[in-house]
Amino acid sequence: MFKDGNLIGKDSRMLKKNAGAKLPKFNINKKRMKNRIFLSRFSRHLFSLSAVFALVVLGILLFDIISESLGWLNVKFLTNNLSIFPEKAGIRGALIGSVYLMLIVIPVTLVLGVSTAIYLEEYSNKGKIANFIKVNITNLASVPSVIFGLLGLSVFGRILNLGSSILAGGLTMSLLVLPIVVVASQEAIRAVPGFLRDASYALGANKWTTVRKVVLPVALPGILTGSILAISRAIGETAPLVVLGIPTLILKIPTGIMDDFTALPIQIYYWTLDTVLTPEYANLAAATIVVLLGVLFIMNSAAIIIRNKFQKKF
Amino acid sequence: MNDKIKVRKIINDNLTKKKNTTDKVMPTFFLVMASLSVATTFGIVLTLIVDAVKFFAEVPLKEIFSTELAPLKADPSFGILPLITGTLMTTLIAIAVAVPVGLSAAIYLSQYASSRSRKILKPILEVLAGIPTIVYGFFAYSFVTPLLMQIIPSLEAKNALSPGIVMGIMIIPLVASLSEDAMNAVPEIMREGALGLGSTKLEVALKVVIPASISGILSSIVLAISRAIGETMIVTIASGSSKNFTLDITQSMQTMTSYIVEFTSGDAASGTTGYYSLYAVGLILFIFTMIINLIAQHISRKYREEY
Repeated sequence: MFKDGNLIGKDSRMLKKNAGAKLPKFNINKKRMKNRIFLSRFSRHLFSLSAVFALVVLGILLFDIISESLGWLNVKFLTNNLSIFPEKAGIRGALIGSVYLMLIVIPVTLVLGVSTAIYLEEYSNKGKIANFIKVNITNLASVPSVIFGLLGLSVFGRILNLGSSILAGGLTMSLLVLPIVVVASQEAIRAVPGFLRDASYALGANKWTTVRKVVLPVALPGILTGSILAISRAIGETAPLVVLGIPTLILKIPTGIMDDFTALPIQIYYWTLDTVLTPEYANLAAATIVVLLGVLFIMNSAAIIIRNKFQKKF
Repeated sequence: MNDKIKVRKIINDNLTKKKNTTDKVMPTFFLVMASLSVATTFGIVLTLIVDAVKFFAEVPLKEIFSTELAPLKADPSFGILPLITGTLMTTLIAIAVAVPVGLSAAIYLSQYASSRSRKILKPILEVLAGIPTIVYGFFAYSFVTPLLMQIIPSLEAKNALSPGIVMGIMIIPLVASLSEDAMNAVPEIMREGALGLGSTKLEVALKVVIPASISGILSSIVLAISRAIGETMIVTIASGSSKNFTLDITQSMQTMTSYIVEFTSGDAASGTTGYYSLYAVGLILFIFTMIINLIAQHISRKYREEY
């Protein structure tokens, strides 16, 4: 311990005691140093390998799927109806079904999700109710998708008697992706700086006008990005639809939201299951996967472009 | 002239009145919308419990904890143990793949990678995370299983090993990105301090960064477990539907999730015990994942090191 520049207490006593002793020599063990440096360098490669592993797996996955789909993926495959003969089968019904499904999912999730986010960020007094809703949304996000299927089967399928229609599937899917939209919209709204709101109030606007004309337009790119990601999740999700009991083979093309339908992932599922009977179904499944991944790729690119181009920084 | 002003005044009054009424109505509207998400949770819990209770009333407890599951037999039996072991085995394999790889990738990204390689690797992880599970299921069945068969000849066409591995690959991005976030939150000073004392980069990673971010890493692992338990399509496609009570991963097993899928897409007539068993399994699955998620939240709250 030091006081006024002089050593006092235990330290000074130690110093006096060891006044005649030599300073300890640092014994550098060169071999040990070498080992430590070698280990560090070696593990660096190990760590980078596991990061590259993801890249390799992605490459193999894409290669496997594209090579199986070669020769099967053409315009006729997109425009033909389902058929039990692999050469004639196409995914027109599944494509139309997926589009219909999104026609339900997009408005429902946007209205529900953005409203929830506006309530949580703008209107709630951040008290117990808001906290409860927040915790609830976090937990909802972690419920397995197959359980949403059971909910849809009971509530939409049986109680509301919608069966396995597009409406039942769309509503189930909307609830499944709702947390994604809520969280993304919340973040976007939170990023809107307070001075914009203050300026709006100062000009005499009331709360709703401020939210509608100032907060939402500024937060829109963020909300859109999150929504696109949520919708791309909904396009690829299979389990809830299978649980709803979408029939295996639908030869009719849906014409309204109360019709039975099939969607891209369902088609992949049934074709993959039936490869035991007809090996060519594997090619059809792979071709459908290429179409599905293509759609997802376009949507994700759109999300990235919106994020980079329209998001304002304050 | 006077009339004009009067009309304008009336219009203005009406406008502000309308504006003010919408301003008053909107908070209630938003609250109703927000509470719909709460209603969803209650809807899930209610639908599961109502039908699961009917199942538990019909089937004796002794049968539920038996190892025989044959719901479609003339004399059906509903032992849940085969589903539990199936879920457990596939989850264990997935975690065994995802945690080492995901953690090392996170260490690489946060400790070693140059900003350029991070710019390439992070989007690839995001792409892996965005691929629908049905695609992974197809990949497991059509590529990984045949590949594994060449190494392990006794492997069945449907088995627990291949979907377990692929599920692990699917979860790698989750573990990697959550752990990396936790590692990046460790202040730079601590790293530099350790480097200044003569530690190597590996020692900094293992003895400083990981202990400091352990809460985030643990909760990422727990969340990964929850994802693996709830994962449906990969196991349904690649692990089949044999209700074996076994720990042999080269055999076909059924998980809780794939039981639900198999049974609903088959012919589960409403009102039968088999139909109610879906909800019982769903309830157990729901409780499992809920508990695990609560544990994850607890870990990240309790063991967080604040700097």
